[in-house]
Amino acid sequence: MTPDSNPPILELRDLTVSYRTGGRGSDALRGVSLAVERGQTYGLVGESGSGKSTLALAVMRYLGGEGAVARGEIRFDGRDLLALSPADLRRIWGREMALVPQDPFTALNPAMRIGEQLAEGLRLRFGLNPAEARAAALDALRSVRLPDAERAADSYPHQLSGGQQQRVLIALALSGRPKLLVLDEPTTALDVTTEAAVLDLVRDLTRAAGASALYVTHNLGVVAGRTERVAVLYASELVEDAPTADLFRQPLHPYTRGLLDSVPRLGQRKDERRLTGIDGSIPPPGDLPPGCVFEPRCPLAVDRCRAERPALDEPLPGRRVRCHRWPEILSGEVSARRELPPALPSATESGEPLLRLEDVTVRYPLRRTAAETLRREPKKAVRAVSGVSLSLKQGRTLGIVGESGSGKTSLARAIVGLVQRSDGDIHLMEVELPPRLSQRGRALLAQLQMVFQNPEEALNPYLTVGESLSRPLVNLLGVSRAEARQRAGDLLEAVRLPRTYAARLPAQLSGGEKQRVAIARAFAANPALLLADEPVSSLDVSVQANILNLLTDLQREHAAATLFISHDIAVVAYLADEVAVMYLGQLMETGPAAALFEPPYHPYTEALLSAIPAPDPTVRQAAIRLAGELPSAVDVPSGCPFHTRCPRALGAVCETQTPPWQTAPGGKRIFCHIPVEELAAQQLPVVVFGGEGE
Amino acid sequence: MLRPYWRIVIQAQLTENSIIPTAGQRFLRFARRLFADFPTALGTSIMLLFVLAAVFGPLLAPYGFNQSIYEHPRQPPDSSHWFGTDHLARDVFSRVLVGARSVLLLAGGGTLVAVALGTLVGLASGYAGGWLDELLMRLFDSLLALPALLLALLLLGTLRAAYGESVSAVSKGLGVFLVLAVVYTPIVARVVRSVVLAVKTRSYVEAARLQGESLGWILFREILPAALPALAVEAALRFSYAIFLTSSLGYLGVGVQPPNPDWGLMVNEGRRNVSQVPWAMWFPAAAISLVVVGANLMADGLKRALREE
Repeated sequence: MTPDSNPPILELRDLTVSYRTGGRGSDALRGVSLAVERGQTYGLVGESGSGKSTLALAVMRYLGGEGAVARGEIRFDGRDLLALSPADLRRIWGREMALVPQDPFTALNPAMRIGEQLAEGLRLRFGLNPAEARAAALDALRSVRLPDAERAADSYPHQLSGGQQQRVLIALALSGRPKLLVLDEPTTALDVTTEAAVLDLVRDLTRAAGASALYVTHNLGVVAGRTERVAVLYASELVEDAPTADLFRQPLHPYTRGLLDSVPRLGQRKDERRLTGIDGSIPPPGDLPPGCVFEPRCPLAVDRCRAERPALDEPLPGRRVRCHRWPEILSGEVSARRELPPALPSATESGEPLLRLEDVTVRYPLRRTAAETLRREPKKAVRAVSGVSLSLKQGRTLGIVGESGSGKTSLARAIVGLVQRSDGDIHLMEVELPPRLSQRGRALLAQLQMVFQNPEEALNPYLTVGESLSRPLVNLLGVSRAEARQRAGDLLEAVRLPRTYAARLPAQLSGGEKQRVAIARAFAANPALLLADEPVSSLDVSVQANILNLLTDLQREHAAATLFISHDIAVVAYLADEVAVMYLGQLMETGPAAALFEPPYHPYTEALLSAIPAPDPTVRQAAIRLAGELPSAVDVPSGCPFHTRCPRALGAVCETQTPPWQTAPGGKRIFCHIPVEELAAQQLPVVVFGGEGE
Repeated sequence: MLRPYWRIVIQAQLTENSIIPTAGQRFLRFARRLFADFPTALGTSIMLLFVLAAVFGPLLAPYGFNQSIYEHPRQPPDSSHWFGTDHLARDVFSRVLVGARSVLLLAGGGTLVAVALGTLVGLASGYAGGWLDELLMRLFDSLLALPALLLALLLLGTLRAAYGESVSAVSKGLGVFLVLAVVYTPIVARVVRSVVLAVKTRSYVEAARLQGESLGWILFREILPAALPALAVEAALRFSYAIFLTSSLGYLGVGVQPPNPDWGLMVNEGRRNVSQVPWAMWFPAAAISLVVVGANLMADGLKRALREE
């Protein structure tokens, strides 16, 4: 091979990484080849278990004691990275390549001031003296647009918000002016508005420095808007690699197709086009199928796929795919796209509301310190929810959208009675719900059920699935134990699990299966209202779609109303009939989901919509980024709670007076001082949809 | 509509034995786990031997525990007296064998009472929270502030003052029993409470509350199983300390009294005659160590077995 004058900054050739666990080795990466060009932003997409984090670690040569490169080559800037000594690596780390880790909270030393952590690295890498290092650290903090760099430098990590911590890590990674930045799920722990700002920042800084970036993520939306090329990993193998726009427009691998159809496009609604998802689950690394790794879940699998492992072909220049059937997919003879009948439209608005909230408030009192007690200061409280009024009709879905700290979970918990509301009334079918769970009778309990966020702790690990499912039948419906056992099997079938799962313990189930059982349990007593608190946010995207479909169908069958809580606006817009947007414990906007993307918007909704990571490179979004940080829920700003960050704030009115609820055309209600006519005149659609892919 | 998904499920069914286990099978599986690896198997075997000795000791002992064999005074271990004879010419092997019952009843029984009480209090305190939790925990803090031995002496002294000097040997045993319960209940309660605090906010406990489960079900079926592994280890630890505490009390003359063949008491008696009959101290001391090691090895295995369940 002749030495190339301008080789790719990073090149992986047939990279295989194995982990040794308990004496057995299993491959976390098998024969992965890819090249990141200079100045290129490259996305690496995969679900959990795909090997994407292993790849990021292998590139950094950060693999722990159990992991080792079994085969293949990693070339960085023309050099063989695997041949470098620890001393050489130390020279490269930080100066030529740097990692932005996933969890900012554990990546920073909690006992060291931010400025010192930055300065330490700079001193070691560039031999600066302490004063120079301090100045350089401040520059680095300013470069990531931290509003008060001096103060940030003198802070300890816990004094900064998650978004600020992530900025510090980016400052740390970029401070050595690396040629390659590896970002391992850089925004997974952040809210959408913060995520958008952080991603903008990385884009601007890498572009300015001419650096390459490798985004490792499970979020298709993150790569769609920010990268030039995308590689898709599945079960430790690279299955597709293409320019971003091409990949989203015409995916050639059935897995990529499945992934894209698993996430709602912006504006996609369940009664127009269903999400399809991918059935089954990713095979464990030690037990891969003999042929194509995707074959057991592939809708296009043929005998050849079971017998023979496909090669990584190059169907078009610059595109690679590992599939036997790409010629047919490319020519359009077959398609991996599966069509499901759209959901039936929800019950029409008529009759009395099933659920009615009036001025519901939830406060968590804080303890006073001894000094505060002596000074007789009033007791402080976290105002999680303040004065929320809502109503929901039978059979309909209300989506509540908000970032962390918006009070959406507290609101749901107050409705079901897991926390006591401090004020306000909740009526269910015109019956007032007592604030305490213990005051609610069984008949009332049966009407209200909840699906929780984390499937890992949704089921009692010491009870079999059958026992878990028969409990609500026995308790709430008074069914005999024998009959409950029988009906537990029916419930399993209703959530598309085999009856034999009744004998299993939760540890024998995958995350998606656990969530199915939790949904079956919630529907067991035939509730009138189901509250779903982020039911899919900890699941892989290919599993998410199936769970969302299941919820939709069961809700329809049981004629239950659903309160669906999520931080994911695209999912809420897809699933809900009505949407309510929350900020700092208060409602900002309510309205039909179909009108969510059309102006006028509340200025906060406008910012949220512009920040959604759209899984579609053809979508154009206005870049509205919020300044500052979320205020504390202990001292909620007076007047409009959003005025401290509102790009459209009018001034004194917003700071002192509670805004009015205004009705806009299209059925939206907006909590804002700016007259709706004026909002409508000023605002353009934040999200502009491109052509429909394929 | 046979989707690929079902194919996977069916494959899983074929490879996995998914028959519902009966209670007997579950017990067998659990029992097998107690012999799963060498350390656990060793611990379980030691504890089984110990329980056998406690039950059948008096039947198996070649001599009476208080029988002086005047032909063989201060005999070193040999084929007729495996552990030798002590300064009063009593067969040490028989005494150790018979003494197992006293250790099991006093230390084991006392631990059991402490574990049972501590579990109840820990569950209630952790789950209820608020002022009840505050009250119980501060009370326990004050109890834990006193060294165990001092607290024990205080309690036994109070008992003696209340019931006079004429307490029988049986009621002295009961006193030790009570002391162990009072001294160890707070410690066990704290361990259980800490697990309850971590578990009670888990979704499955909240789901149970929303489904109208009774308090008893929530405490014992939803929360307690998660505390069992920690509880098993704590119980083994308490049992070890209970053996020491019982023997210390015996030595101070407020617990079990001679000629009772309590192991701790034997060590203390042997200590006085260690220059003439060292083996009279070695063997009961070895027995104590063996049981303590056995209890801890078994508890580690138990912890793992309970986690896997």
